[in-house]
Amino acid sequence: MSARTAQLVGRLGRRSGGLVPAAGAVVALLALVALAGAMVGTTSIPAGVVLASAWNALPFAGARIDVPEGWERIVIDVRLPRVLTAGLVGAALATSGTAYQGVFRNALADPFLLGVASGAALGAALGIVLPIEGALPFGWVPLLAFAGAVIAVTLAYLAAKVGDSVSNASLILSGVAVSAMAGAATSFILLTAGERALTIFGFLFGSFNTANWPRAIGGLPYLAAGVAVLLLHARVLNVLQLDEEQATQLGIDVPRTRIIVLAAASLVAATAVAMAGVIGFVGLIVPHITRLIFGGDYRRLLPLAALLGAAFLIAADVLARVALRPQEVPVGIITAIVGGPFFLSLMRARRGGLR
Amino acid sequence: MTLVSAVAATAPASTTLLRARDLDVTVGGTDVLHGVSVEVHAGEVVGLIGPNGAGKSTLLRALTGLAPLNSGSVEVAGQALRTSDRRTLARTVAVVQQMPEAPPSITVAELALLGRSPYLGLLARESARDHAIAMQAMERAGCAALAARTLGTLSGGQRRRAFIARALAQETPLLLLDEPTANLDVQAQCEIFELVRRLAADGVGVLVVVHDLTLAATYCDRLLLLDAGRVVAEGAPHEVVTAEHVQRVYGTRVTVINDSGHRAPIVVPVAVDKSEARR
Repeated sequence: MSARTAQLVGRLGRRSGGLVPAAGAVVALLALVALAGAMVGTTSIPAGVVLASAWNALPFAGARIDVPEGWERIVIDVRLPRVLTAGLVGAALATSGTAYQGVFRNALADPFLLGVASGAALGAALGIVLPIEGALPFGWVPLLAFAGAVIAVTLAYLAAKVGDSVSNASLILSGVAVSAMAGAATSFILLTAGERALTIFGFLFGSFNTANWPRAIGGLPYLAAGVAVLLLHARVLNVLQLDEEQATQLGIDVPRTRIIVLAAASLVAATAVAMAGVIGFVGLIVPHITRLIFGGDYRRLLPLAALLGAAFLIAADVLARVALRPQEVPVGIITAIVGGPFFLSLMRARRGGLR
Repeated sequence: MTLVSAVAATAPASTTLLRARDLDVTVGGTDVLHGVSVEVHAGEVVGLIGPNGAGKSTLLRALTGLAPLNSGSVEVAGQALRTSDRRTLARTVAVVQQMPEAPPSITVAELALLGRSPYLGLLARESARDHAIAMQAMERAGCAALAARTLGTLSGGQRRRAFIARALAQETPLLLLDEPTANLDVQAQCEIFELVRRLAADGVGVLVVVHDLTLAATYCDRLLLLDAGRVVAEGAPHEVVTAEHVQRVYGTRVTVINDSGHRAPIVVPVAVDKSEARR
């Protein structure tokens, strides 16, 4: 191989390698943000106490570290599940959004494109107003929200299906239609819900203030399964950046891949919405931010978007708690107000803009 | 010898890489192809000519299984299209469409590497060998110097080369090109066709859709003239590109210079006298 060739091959590898240092930096950021998330709130707790409390909670921890009992309880029962939930939801929305943008080859696609959010909102609204009680550890709302999201996406998919094929355009249109119908039903419930409308609004804006361990752990298997499927298809998503015909001629079964990826991404988004309500913007901008910083290879993009999404949403939740202390701002408002300008400045700083 | 030609050269020169017989194809309820047959041998450049709507692009799509056949059969490298799976097919025939799409932010090198996809499993990473093959594909397509450039910064001719590099990275013995010279200036047109000739010299079989009849006659070994979904003429360029054929199929009067010591016929439109047209 000539020197020039060797040099060019080196250049060729530049953007496709190096996941480890990039991931290392993002993990460090995530750790810092998570620590802050456990320290900040109506009661400020020192970092040392947070770390000691977390250590004490580990099943295999040896000697207990002595910390004030009240603080320890707050860290373990309130702050940590909250940070964990925010991190999981952020990672879920970012991964799901990355996959949606990949499948639709559209920078405007987000996890709610096919009706996940509106379906979940309707499910949650029903869960809030209907007189149902159960022995569930976290109530009916997350379960109905999850069901609503899955039903909405399935309906949108079936409506768009003609014979064996589903075009991206008709899928987006039927997603819009299903969203509109679910949205109308939710609005009707809101109007007739009386004082419960406030609880529904809480879900619509998204929040982590009811986060608890059972709910966080309950979502975990769905998130893990969905994200695993997405990571498995990372290389194929690279090929799908080309048009459908090229991807097919490169040996990809495009319709099948699209269904699998969309199903997994929708499952992940539905779980996120069931865990914390509708939090917009994360699934749209975190994939773009990740792409602008780390390039477009989905094998890097998906894991890094998950980590950045987690850090972003934990940070947004910290701001939501301190911005108007002691009152909490819905986290979805923070994600848009803080994330928007940041995203725009990053976009303008990069000459090439979005793809 | 390059890696790409090493694969192609394993086939003897006379190997029939593509054998399509009596293809009938319907697209959206309209019969587009009627009993079209075509063969491409290793080391041969076959030109597909004909007016807009004659069915040229549909034929290319049918040859790779993208347009379903009503009847007829396609064999690629000895294997029937019906029985070969997508990945195997992608290692046998590479296609550069008329208007291929790719994000403007990816580099030429990244695009070329995507051509290795048919050889990679779900979780596989490109090996050093895959990188070397992509690199050689770029060198052969004349775009190695552009490896680090993003597609959005390329000229039309450079962009065409980048997609040809992606196709060459597939290491297929057969290459289908749909109007590779459309919208290119005359220099870029000639460069693309000289590249095609070099590929053929390495043993690749090429089927190429061309609009410019003179270009087609100059660079192709054989031509296939399609009109309204039927093959109306087939053979050496001087047999196919004749004034009579062109007038019948295109409905336009042309002069074909076919005897001036040129290797290939030259097609010149017979213009209405400009001063007369002005009146």
